[in-house]
Amino acid sequence: MQPLERIRAVAVPMPESDINTDQIVPGRFMHKPREDYGRYCFHDLRFDPQGKPRPAFVLNRPAYAGARILVAGPNFGCGSSREHAVFTLNDYGFRVVLAPSFGDIFFNNCFQNGVLPAVLPAEFAAALQAQLRATPGAEVEVDLAGQAVVAPDGTRCSFPIDTFRKERLLQGHDELDLTLSLRPYIDAFEARQRPLLPSTDTPRHP
Amino acid sequence: MYSRLRCREHRCHAVNIPMPDIPLFPANAQARPTTLFEKIWSSHAVTVRDDGQTLLYIDRHYLSDDLPTESYHVLERRSLPVRRPEATFAMPDHYVSTQGSSLADVVDDERRVMVQELARQARDHGVVHFGLGDSRQGIVHVVGPEQGLSLPGMTVVCGDSHTSTHGALGALGFGIGATEVSHVLATQTLWQLRPRTMEVQVNGRTGAGVTAKDIALAIIRAIGVAGAAGHVIEYRGDAVRELSMEGRMTLCNLSIEAGARAGMVAPDATTLAYLRGRPHTPRGLEWDDSSAGWLRLRTDPGAAFDRVALLRGETIAPMVSWGTDPSQSCAIDECIPFPEAIGNASQQEGLRRALDYMGLTSGQPLQGLPVDRVFIGSCTNGRIEDLRLAASAVQGRRARVPTLVVPGSGTVKAQAEAEGLDRIFRDAGMTWGEPGCSMCLAINGDQGRPGERCVSTTNRNFVGRQGPGVRTHLVNPGMAAAAAVHGRLVDYREELRHAAA
Repeated sequence: MQPLERIRAVAVPMPESDINTDQIVPGRFMHKPREDYGRYCFHDLRFDPQGKPRPAFVLNRPAYAGARILVAGPNFGCGSSREHAVFTLNDYGFRVVLAPSFGDIFFNNCFQNGVLPAVLPAEFAAALQAQLRATPGAEVEVDLAGQAVVAPDGTRCSFPIDTFRKERLLQGHDELDLTLSLRPYIDAFEARQRPLLPSTDTPRHP
Repeated sequence: MYSRLRCREHRCHAVNIPMPDIPLFPANAQARPTTLFEKIWSSHAVTVRDDGQTLLYIDRHYLSDDLPTESYHVLERRSLPVRRPEATFAMPDHYVSTQGSSLADVVDDERRVMVQELARQARDHGVVHFGLGDSRQGIVHVVGPEQGLSLPGMTVVCGDSHTSTHGALGALGFGIGATEVSHVLATQTLWQLRPRTMEVQVNGRTGAGVTAKDIALAIIRAIGVAGAAGHVIEYRGDAVRELSMEGRMTLCNLSIEAGARAGMVAPDATTLAYLRGRPHTPRGLEWDDSSAGWLRLRTDPGAAFDRVALLRGETIAPMVSWGTDPSQSCAIDECIPFPEAIGNASQQEGLRRALDYMGLTSGQPLQGLPVDRVFIGSCTNGRIEDLRLAASAVQGRRARVPTLVVPGSGTVKAQAEAEGLDRIFRDAGMTWGEPGCSMCLAINGDQGRPGERCVSTTNRNFVGRQGPGVRTHLVNPGMAAAAAVHGRLVDYREELRHAAA
């Protein structure tokens, strides 16, 4: 996983609410190999049924070429748990998604892939959308270490993130190594607690 | 008791990782009143960090065939074994064909690889696999409960958002991503922030023909697709208590469509009656012990929820979705709303886009709307009770549009065939398929054509979900079967009344 500390890049405004993971990557591409997975990003919004780019779709506008930050609407990434949604955003080039709220599973999946999903207050998100629409191709700065977003007009806004996830993004580490180092705790838990938890053993048939 | 672990490699030294005193369920009667969710959560916390991240122990894990193959490579790259292979059960459902139950029937080579890879991984890691041709194979969320693999008080996860289904048994079931799947395989745990709790109470008697699907859509319509975001829902109230286990599974299944982390119903006599004698449920003395404990798994009187939503059962009618998310639904006897009548400017814009995609206009009645295709099945409505309801609405008539009926599992299929339901569907000219997810997300080759209006018992009416350009209307199984035999949307309660007369 690539570490993320600070990024200044072209940001794309996508104000629609409730964009689900089916929209981010249609299910019919889920079995495709990971290579160049960015080609499926927002596929049916980006391309018409004949495969031609839809000129009105924001990612098809030249001003947003090379964008690395997505400024999305509320409840972005709701729906299916498919981690492919994060794969495709990441492979397309997005390292940060800013939104007033996120779909739960999508939000967790972002951290597993080095993508920062930052929750912004609705007013700041709306102001950011307006600036990005007024000046297509404007850059936004995201400082993970300082937990702040700087809009094109210089206004700043902080965002919350727990230390666990922040550290992981800053270091580019996944959580598995940490958990494996806690094996004694899991062993102790199993020894103490498992007899009290519902049995997962298959009963012997009489 | 508390120790400070230093993790040099990850510089996590600043954070305490305490070993908590874990309350055991049944909860101590002296303790502060707690919710069902809190009892399960706290009894599964392996450790809690200062920043609130909890290492949660996972009892039951399901694997299906839609995982990116990278998830398995995580273990292979590090030469890690599966920590507890007996806690995980694998079965293909997303890519399997409904036309035949062999590998050769899978629609193409790329998708065949997905089914094969699951089988290979299960074999290599010693995980039980209900493969193609196994009479138990089917959709994870149908098979888990019916095999007695998901039990009250368990934490249940799967790399699929509809894992909320298992909450119907009084378990904490939630969907996870593919990387989290590999984490569960390697450690039998997950890092989680504790969600908030929400009580959804449905009181009063629901009318004839109103199903759990209708209750769920009415809830989502009322609170919105993000209405329960960040929360675990506990469904309560007499209308919920009266639901069968199949109905409770439908209700909990759709929790994710309101944005909830999970949905659950406290175990009661209905739960025990459902579980007793299933292949993997405890037997004999162990059953007596377990079932007595399960009945104590309930929210204590006076326990507080972070949020509460109330609904009256009498106000709910059979629902039909008219838009492109499940909250865009109304009763079959209502008309499609006007943008001015709902929400803020952004929601109004969303409604216009949805109607444009759906080829509908505000003020238009839903009753009588011609349909092109019907699908009956899925983890939402592919259980035996759903198929019985659908069959009862066919009543010896012929389907006027192509209709595919897909049982949720091999077990459901066998039961339906023993009851002659397959004959009713076949005689109506409907297709009776092999178990799987099929047209719910249309990635196994079953899909609609662009522009078609498809009436479906599934869970998501998203743009393109059932094929590019396909317009999905979510309904209950009786409504779907009635739409099939009429070739248009009808209020199937009329049908039921005529049949009774």
